[in-house]
Amino acid sequence: MLGPDEIRELSLKANAVRRHIIEMVYAAGSGHPGGSLSATDIIVALYFKLMNYDPENPKWEDRDRFVLSKGHAAPALYATLAELGVFPVEELLTLRKVGSRLQGHPDMRKLPGIEASTGSLGQGLSIANGMALAAKLDRKLYNVYVMLGDGEIEEGQVWEAAMFASHYKLDNLIAFLDRNRLQIDGETEQVMSIEPIADKWKAFGWEVREINGHDFKEIVDAVDWAKEVKGKPVMIVAHTVKGKGVSFMEGSVHFHGKPPNDEEYRIALQDIDAERERIFGGGP
Amino acid sequence: MWEMASPRVAFGKALVDIGRENSDLVVLGADLSSSTKTSYFEKEFPERFFNCGIAEANMMGVASGLAASGKVVVASTFAVFATGRCYDQIRQSIAYPRLNVKIVASHAGITVGGDGASHQTAEDIALMKVLPNMRVVVPADAIEAKKATRAIIEADGPFYMRMGRSDVPTITKEEDPFEIGKATIMRDGSDVALIGTGIMVSQALKAAEMLKLEGIDAMVVNMSTLKPLDEDTTIKAAKRTGAIVTAEEHSVIFGLGNSVAMTLGEKYPVPVRRVGIPDTFGESGEWNELMVKYGLTPENIVSSAKEIMKQK
Repeated sequence: MLGPDEIRELSLKANAVRRHIIEMVYAAGSGHPGGSLSATDIIVALYFKLMNYDPENPKWEDRDRFVLSKGHAAPALYATLAELGVFPVEELLTLRKVGSRLQGHPDMRKLPGIEASTGSLGQGLSIANGMALAAKLDRKLYNVYVMLGDGEIEEGQVWEAAMFASHYKLDNLIAFLDRNRLQIDGETEQVMSIEPIADKWKAFGWEVREINGHDFKEIVDAVDWAKEVKGKPVMIVAHTVKGKGVSFMEGSVHFHGKPPNDEEYRIALQDIDAERERIFGGGP
Repeated sequence: MWEMASPRVAFGKALVDIGRENSDLVVLGADLSSSTKTSYFEKEFPERFFNCGIAEANMMGVASGLAASGKVVVASTFAVFATGRCYDQIRQSIAYPRLNVKIVASHAGITVGGDGASHQTAEDIALMKVLPNMRVVVPADAIEAKKATRAIIEADGPFYMRMGRSDVPTITKEEDPFEIGKATIMRDGSDVALIGTGIMVSQALKAAEMLKLEGIDAMVVNMSTLKPLDEDTTIKAAKRTGAIVTAEEHSVIFGLGNSVAMTLGEKYPVPVRRVGIPDTFGESGEWNELMVKYGLTPENIVSSAKEIMKQK
């Protein structure tokens, strides 16, 4: 269970991460704000509440793992890791710059805390399978979390991986689908129909739950439930809003892979700061 | 003449031996374990063998995740699927993060035989050698396959090891040294150097015997690592003979001949002639008949040697 204080704390962290995302992408002059903002609350909940993780020792062998299969949401992961103290917050503004450890898509060899190098879509679930399998082989109790984009599951490899996870009963694998309904060319259902999503994963042998991916209580409850599932992997279909937290980016396909201009940057920070005031004030 | 033996059988047996010593060794297959001979490992260590089904892309990702968690992973299938179908998975999830995955492929080249062009690959070395962090090993015979299996598992990082389907002549000895990145001079000579890899090393040795009858003294080099290429031995052969013929069961476009020619072009230019599969797809047939049809013969190496010597 999640108390009101904890919800407030997580909300503040998510707000800080959202501010970093906008600042990073604006400074870089490129990047993917929309899908980073939709993924933020889940990534924050995982690292600040749910995962067994030591920011001072990100290579600790018993840690829970998180694989960001939708690697273009890297800013959300970088900002969360920086807020945790895995590397300095000041480094966030080096995103996408020559020589930076913060590559446009995550590079596990450059930046501490990155579990897998991703970016070419459809591969992270397979990697998470391997990690979950290693935990079973080593009789370790860690969980492997993975986040996929909704457009990403159009990749055939995802379904190969889905079969593998249920075949080998990887119940230490908990996947999130960031169901923000948009991909680069438009709405997922127009570009390539992926519904009925929950039924597809069930048919592949997974336990499935659908949640609001911006509600910390639902996120935490779903993971608590997922940890109790035995003999099956779990897919949490998280309904989210692309661009969440920035008024003009919400539900907009235009900010999938485009940074805000000067005016948009100003408005975005206003939106985020207003949300921060609301959290502090305890208002609606 | 030489005895014939199967490199893939030698690889399969070596995996079992190494598996006994190294409990971190995990082997993955894709419904072809009886062909790639990882079935031996599966029988001995069922808890450390995972069949991924006919889903090679996922297999490469699983290999990546296992390696990121401290395992040494051998992922095995036919060369055409391992490299062609999974190029992006190998690039993104194995080579780029420099993970400890050994992609070991059998049924490379046209000696696959009857299955035809869909199952033959003359492009796999090209695809793998262009990838940063990837090293490429092609054993010349069963003895070398056994040693190479151990060497790539003991060395950290990604490897591609390629073997054919057919038995090949055993041309090396148990006591010969094997080192990644080191070519072996199988026979010294001063008129022309025949640099071969895989099954073509034995063809080069036969060619050298034929050339000897004509009074031509040919050096034969076994280039068992294609990347990193043994540049020192390549240059040494060029300096000693002044004319090079390369021989490979792979496309001449971006395989051994290309590596040798580029190295010599930059560092010690001498005439080079490439014997290999021309820029074409293969076809069904008995493997030894296909070798003849596609010019992978001692006779072709001999005529190439004589032609290239005229350019000295």
